[in-house]
Amino acid sequence: MGRAILLDKVNIPGIRAFEVYREHGGYKPAGKALLGMTPAQVQQEVIKSGLRGRGGAGFPTGLKWSFLDRKSDKPRYLVCNADESEPGTFKDRYLMEKLPHLLIEGLILSSYALGVKTCYIYIRGEFKYLVGILETAIHEAKKNNYLGEKILGTDFSLEIYVHPGAGAYICGEETALLESLEGKRGNPRIKPPFPAYKGLYDCPTVVNNVETLATVTSIISMGGDAYSKLGIGKSTGTKLMSACGNINKPGVYEIEMGLPVEDFIYSEEYCGGIKNDRMLKAVIPGGSSVPILPADLILNTAKGQPRLLTYESLAEGEFISGSMLGSGGFIVFDENACIVRNTWNLTRFYRHESCGQCSPCREGTGWMEKILYRIEHGQGRMSDIDLLVRIAKNIEGNTICPLGDAAAWPVASAIRHFRKEFEEHIK
Amino acid sequence: MLKVTIDNILIEVEEGTTILQAARMIGGKVVPPAMCYYTSLKGSGGKCRSCLVKVAKGSAKDPRPIPKLVASCSTPVQDGMVVENTISAEVQEARKGVVEFLLINHPLDCPVCDQAGECDLQDLSYGFGMEETNTREPRREYPVVDIGPLIKLHMNRCIHCYRCVLAAEQLTKKRAHGMLYRGDTIEISTFIRTAIDSDFSGNMIDVCPVGALTDRSFRFKSRVWFLNPMDAHRECSHCSGKVAAWMFGNEIYRITGRKDTFGELEEFICNECRFEKKDISDWVIEGPRKIKRQSVISGNHYEQMKKGSIIHPIEGTTEPQE
Amino acid sequence: MNTGNSVNHHLFVRENKAVSFSDETLEKVRSLIRRYPEGRQKSALLPVLHIAQEELGGFLSVDTMDYVASLLNLNPIEVYEVATFYSMFYLDKMGKYVLEVCHTGPCAICGGEDVLQHIRDYLHIETGETTPDGMFTLKEVECLGACGNGPVMQVNTEFYEHMTARQVEKVIEDLRQKQGEEGTSKGWAEQFS
Ligand SMILES: Cc1cc2nc3c(=O)[nH]c(=O)nc-3n(C[C@H](O)[C@H](O)[C@H](O)COP(=O)(O)O)c2cc1C
Ligand code: SF4
Ligand code: FES
Repeated sequence: MGRAILLDKVNIPGIRAFEVYREHGGYKPAGKALLGMTPAQVQQEVIKSGLRGRGGAGFPTGLKWSFLDRKSDKPRYLVCNADESEPGTFKDRYLMEKLPHLLIEGLILSSYALGVKTCYIYIRGEFKYLVGILETAIHEAKKNNYLGEKILGTDFSLEIYVHPGAGAYICGEETALLESLEGKRGNPRIKPPFPAYKGLYDCPTVVNNVETLATVTSIISMGGDAYSKLGIGKSTGTKLMSACGNINKPGVYEIEMGLPVEDFIYSEEYCGGIKNDRMLKAVIPGGSSVPILPADLILNTAKGQPRLLTYESLAEGEFISGSMLGSGGFIVFDENACIVRNTWNLTRFYRHESCGQCSPCREGTGWMEKILYRIEHGQGRMSDIDLLVRIAKNIEGNTICPLGDAAAWPVASAIRHFRKEFEEHIK
Repeated sequence: MLKVTIDNILIEVEEGTTILQAARMIGGKVVPPAMCYYTSLKGSGGKCRSCLVKVAKGSAKDPRPIPKLVASCSTPVQDGMVVENTISAEVQEARKGVVEFLLINHPLDCPVCDQAGECDLQDLSYGFGMEETNTREPRREYPVVDIGPLIKLHMNRCIHCYRCVLAAEQLTKKRAHGMLYRGDTIEISTFIRTAIDSDFSGNMIDVCPVGALTDRSFRFKSRVWFLNPMDAHRECSHCSGKVAAWMFGNEIYRITGRKDTFGELEEFICNECRFEKKDISDWVIEGPRKIKRQSVISGNHYEQMKKGSIIHPIEGTTEPQE
Repeated sequence: MNTGNSVNHHLFVRENKAVSFSDETLEKVRSLIRRYPEGRQKSALLPVLHIAQEELGGFLSVDTMDYVASLLNLNPIEVYEVATFYSMFYLDKMGKYVLEVCHTGPCAICGGEDVLQHIRDYLHIETGETTPDGMFTLKEVECLGACGNGPVMQVNTEFYEHMTARQVEKVIEDLRQKQGEEGTSKGWAEQFS
């Protein structure tokens, strides 16, 4: 199954350098598009590919691009979301560190399709060393006329700048990211208006994830139709999964969509099974924000079908018995892991990362954290469990941005599937 | 003009009107409570979530409902939109939750709070809250701070509406007041001290929906309900000079701006009027202010409001209440 | 920050000294400002604050923040608002090396909490404290985006991965040896080309 589309060049020595990348076919797609395709044709390939956003929400990329306000006479911006702060997710870091030019090329192609002249890469500040790596790649591309004025002799000009954040998970939310890029606190904006109309500096803006934009390079290289044949149904292509927790081989793996979860966990090619031959207890399959599933429900759906790594299969059963593919942050818990402690831990994370603008999230995350802390430290009451469920329900859907949901789901799902464990902690 | 139905009452409004504004034109019970939105402060609203409503039909063109509840204060009306507020159980539940969130860290120190009696949070919890409290966690505590000689900040009572920050930004030339830190420990900057240089800083007291920012010159002087609010005016070179003078007998206890039916200032007033003119001879007293709790369109000073008009209440629904 | 109920943010530190960047850094700051459209120099605030923290004393004093405000033509409050929002900015004097240990879920289930406890015992400091010799400050941070290599620690923004009790002792001792020497990693200003 191991199909390397994005990571096909990852093991080539020195691939981080422009020359090596180009020797191995890099920047061919950019040449092909800029010299032989119209921007609309590039966008058409992306639409055909069925590519869906890899940042978490899985929104079709071609459709998102088509929303961009092209009537406005203001400049348009493309912003690459490299904030990667969702616990369990570390694929973008890997991609940028190993293959910076793949991302730069994706940015060139996407900017060309969108008619963008300035593109920013918003990267979390903790990845300081990657700022230098990306800036070097940009510098090299510019020296070779893939960036800057009149690229490859065409009328297309583009500048890319790297912009560091400074420690705030919420800046991964696209409108908080834009605020932060404008030099402000990372408070998510109230929508509408959406970034496609009023984004960076009130100009039409597209925000996409690192992996999404890098994938555009592969799509132009192989063609949208060929890309769309990979994967299953509406989950086309390949996806980077970052696997961590109690497994033998944590790391970043490129999988073709549709790989059974069981293969992913137990195959030597991927996670290599549970560490120390313990039993699998639970998995959070798509970054800490998505619902946790117990072993039986992660391996098979409630209907007994094998669970696959696709947007649809992981969501099957909705929140009663399903979860989400999210950002592909795959966190595995063995039989010794304590679900209560982990739920408390993640809730503390969301409390710490709430921007504090809206009441349900600001107050609700803190309240849940205090209760979970008590339960974990032996001072819980039985009534706390239902109270937590009610608080989570009152946060969910009632906040400005989805961080509220992201904080509510882990608590609600942990209690749904592991209620006994909470009760035992309290007894 | 766009047609929108709120709790079965149809009204026509201008393009760009928000659901909340449309509801205020109807008036009465259908008006959602708003703790952070403030008409005259640009960029306010959307934060407290107490004005959440259900959009049962998005528009005539796209009749699908909006899956999540929306903040009525920052959602523009679409033609043919159908909104549910009091008639939606989901909205009532969510609002109860919001009230609870606003209260879990509130000190509930109403007996010693100067705002008691004119506090939006008191009204909100009385109107929409639950009877019992479910939290036993310790509440957040901040030290009490004097912000210069005129204003006191009880951060414990703050509901983080951002109104004072916006007032500081929009009424004073050089903003020195802002929100610091993040999450559930955000706090109003105590660097506000310098904002006091501005002639209009006192308005932050009036825009504060709770007792977080209070008038130091009125501290513990009287409960507001013992005072008679009178319309008063004077010649003033900074502002219109139109104020509310809160009197006990012939004595002026405090000066505030004049608030409309929805608790918003009709006009911002200057610090000289507010803090320095406490003698009855400074003022022309016009007469007692009308304080009407549930008012309708007659609610003055809503320029946008006059443009709307109720077309007809749909059969079998309650009339808007006076 | 568990169940604590009293909010005591660090008061800002005002040193009342004149601070300023070197000419070379000033040139870098100007080139950073040029990356954003005319009149949008506020956009350069985060990168400039990173440089300021690194080059002007290891934390953001009021003096430093006011200086940055003047460089970017902002009201000081605009800088305070931002500096207090982001967790990488320090508002208080730090040790020479800031040990930032990830304690979020994925690292925690791989032993992150034990590593943290070991550092506390080894250096005899609590989270948030600095050793008396001014060498080390211990901080707990949320997910550093390196969960596959957990437990993870950053020291002055450099990654240290797969930490164990023995490993962190070694890292700490190596850093002690290095005292006086400059680190090898590039500073913020050098990251931008
Ligand atoms: C709280 C929060 C954090 C997020 N963090 C990230 C992130 O770190 N990286 C990312 O690409 N998207 C993140 N997202 C999703 C973005 O808002 C946005 O949907 C995404 O960047 C769109 O790109 P895509 O369509 O290519 O997926 C986050 C969303 C929320 C609500
Ligand atoms: S949901 Fe949380 S993070 Fe999002 S805007 Fe509201 S307070 Fe901020
Ligand atoms: S949880 Fe520690 S680096 Fe991700």
